Amino acid sequence: MKPKTDSSQDLEFWKLRLYVAGQTPKSLTAFSNLKRLCEERLQGRYVLEVIDLIKTPQLAADDQILAIPTLVRKLPVPIRKIIGDLSNTERVLVGLDLQPASDRRTS
Amino acid sequence: MKKQIRKQTPVLPKAPTGIQGLDQLTGGGLPQGRPTLLCGSAGCGKTLIAMEFLVRGATQFGEPGVFMAFEERIEELAQNFASLGHDLNALVAQKKLALDFVRVERSEIEEAGDYDLEGLFIRLGHLIDKIGAKRVVLDTIETLFSGLTNAAILRAELRRLFRWLKDKGVTAIITGERGEATLTRYGLEEYVADCVIMLDHRVSENMSTRRLRIVKYRGSSHGTGEYPFLIDEAGISLLPITSLGLKHPASTERVSSGLPDLDAMMGGRGYYRGSSVLVSGTAGSGKTSLSAHFAAAAAARGERCLWFAFEESANQIARNMRSIGLDLERPVRQGRLRFHAERPTMSGLEMHLVTIHKQVQEVQPQVVIIDPITNFNALGSDLEIKAMLTRLIDYFKQQQITALFTSLNSGGRAEEAPEVGVSSLMDTWLLLRDVESGAERNRVLHLLKSRGMAHSNQVREFLLTDRGVELRNVYLGPSGILLTGSARGALEAQEQAQALVREQEASGRTRALERKRAALEAQIAALRAEYGVEEAELQRGIAQGDARTAMLAGDRIEMGRQRQANVTATRKTRKPN
Repeated sequence: MKPKTDSSQDLEFWKLRLYVAGQTPKSLTAFSNLKRLCEERLQGRYVLEVIDLIKTPQLAADDQILAIPTLVRKLPVPIRKIIGDLSNTERVLVGLDLQPASDRRTS
Repeated sequence: MKKQIRKQTPVLPKAPTGIQGLDQLTGGGLPQGRPTLLCGSAGCGKTLIAMEFLVRGATQFGEPGVFMAFEERIEELAQNFASLGHDLNALVAQKKLALDFVRVERSEIEEAGDYDLEGLFIRLGHLIDKIGAKRVVLDTIETLFSGLTNAAILRAELRRLFRWLKDKGVTAIITGERGEATLTRYGLEEYVADCVIMLDHRVSENMSTRRLRIVKYRGSSHGTGEYPFLIDEAGISLLPITSLGLKHPASTERVSSGLPDLDAMMGGRGYYRGSSVLVSGTAGSGKTSLSAHFAAAAAARGERCLWFAFEESANQIARNMRSIGLDLERPVRQGRLRFHAERPTMSGLEMHLVTIHKQVQEVQPQVVIIDPITNFNALGSDLEIKAMLTRLIDYFKQQQITALFTSLNSGGRAEEAPEVGVSSLMDTWLLLRDVESGAERNRVLHLLKSRGMAHSNQVREFLLTDRGVELRNVYLGPSGILLTGSARGALEAQEQAQALVREQEASGRTRALERKRAALEAQIAALRAEYGVEEAELQRGIAQGDARTAMLAGDRIEMGRQRQANVTATRKTRKPN
């Protein structure tokens, strides 16, 4: 039996936004970590937008961006924020409110 | 060579805050292009001072500013400052001010890996570039510590931020909450080394006073010590109470006390302009009435008078003074007399000082009345009150304001010791006293001292009549006791009666003399008449004698003619006649 949340997650459309500032190592790491995770867990039902604040600084205030890199889950609501290079997958999953992969496999 | 270098070294450039007292303290403002730490406990006015710095920078010094708030939303900020008379939205619309609210909510943020605060830098940099800001406020950046867990990253980023602000060349204020043992809870003072200002909000004797202290100011001299400041509808007023030194000018101009009799006691011309006058006395001895005369006289001269009433409302004073024939309402209507009435317990001692300064600056009076200073007693120790009054008197002297202070003496104390030991600060000291004798209490006035002028040493009786205050001569009774009131009246009457008797006696004597002279003159006249009679008789006798002689001579000539022979002989004998 699948948990209820999981089933809803499976159906929902995900909109993610990654804020970076130039091509820094941290940004690049964050991007590759995120890309990998999305392909694994949200294949086909997500949109990933990367915003470079060096080019569009005026966008920083709207999403209350402070730290770089910051991942914002715009959809599904509520909005959630994860900061850092996303190297700690467990924290990223908690942050995105996704079930860890291991739980999924056992269920 | 070395000297030359020193000469060429430019003085530390400063960004004026526009907050008058603060600029005086810092010798011109905050260090330009450097960050300043403004720390203090909650509610002590950090945000307000910081915003005032930006608003005044934008409106008075042509320096746009960025306010980055970490605690208050922009709408809240705008509302809060609207109540203080600043229209932030208008300034934003004019691109003189940029506001940004940075929300840091730990529950909304998940940390997953390494990060930095470049986003904050970008936001701030964007706003600075957008309006060409010269000033920046970060209020309160320490919020980051509660929102983000990685303190190591935060500290490194803060260090970078302050360096970055310096590189940008903006004058920044960073606010910080006061910590237990440190100036700020997270040790921000470590990063901001140029200027640290501490605010304090202390409650003593149930009065709260906000104070400001410059903890450090690298490369500049500054006022040390704590300075009270006031937040009201006009913003912040800070009062630097550094010792002004005794450099105030001394005027030789005199101003009337409002009582010709009192003026007469001071060489006929009254107090010196810019001097301080103490009127001390027991309850109901007429201190306020004396003050009212002074105020009315100032208004009549066309001067402005500011009256701080700490016991009565303006209306009450006006009503009471009407009963002694003084109209204080007219000068109020004419704008020449301004009352500032409040209970002294309304605020702390320092706050009163600030309020008085503010009022004086606003009204620009020539005469100030403080009635009474003894009500400050509840607010501090004697030493504190004396220190406050010293500052106040120095300030008045600096402004060439003639100040009249009243002081209430309680019955039990020695009369020549006013409640507040300030008599040495005063130039003129009038002591009002009650004298009890003959089942009456009457008021007397002494001029205990008056610097720089000849003054009367007399004790005078002080009467409150429906035509105002009158001074009367005081009588000494037979045993040297001061006689006042009805005793004086009785003595006066007695003296009048005696005078009358003396007058009557004198006129009686005059009349007796008159009579005597008349009698004498009559006698003289009688004698003269007698003499006249005698003289007439004598004259008659003489005339008869002559006639006889002539007759005899005629007979002899006749006889000679008859005896011719004897003619020559007769002539011979007559020749020697």
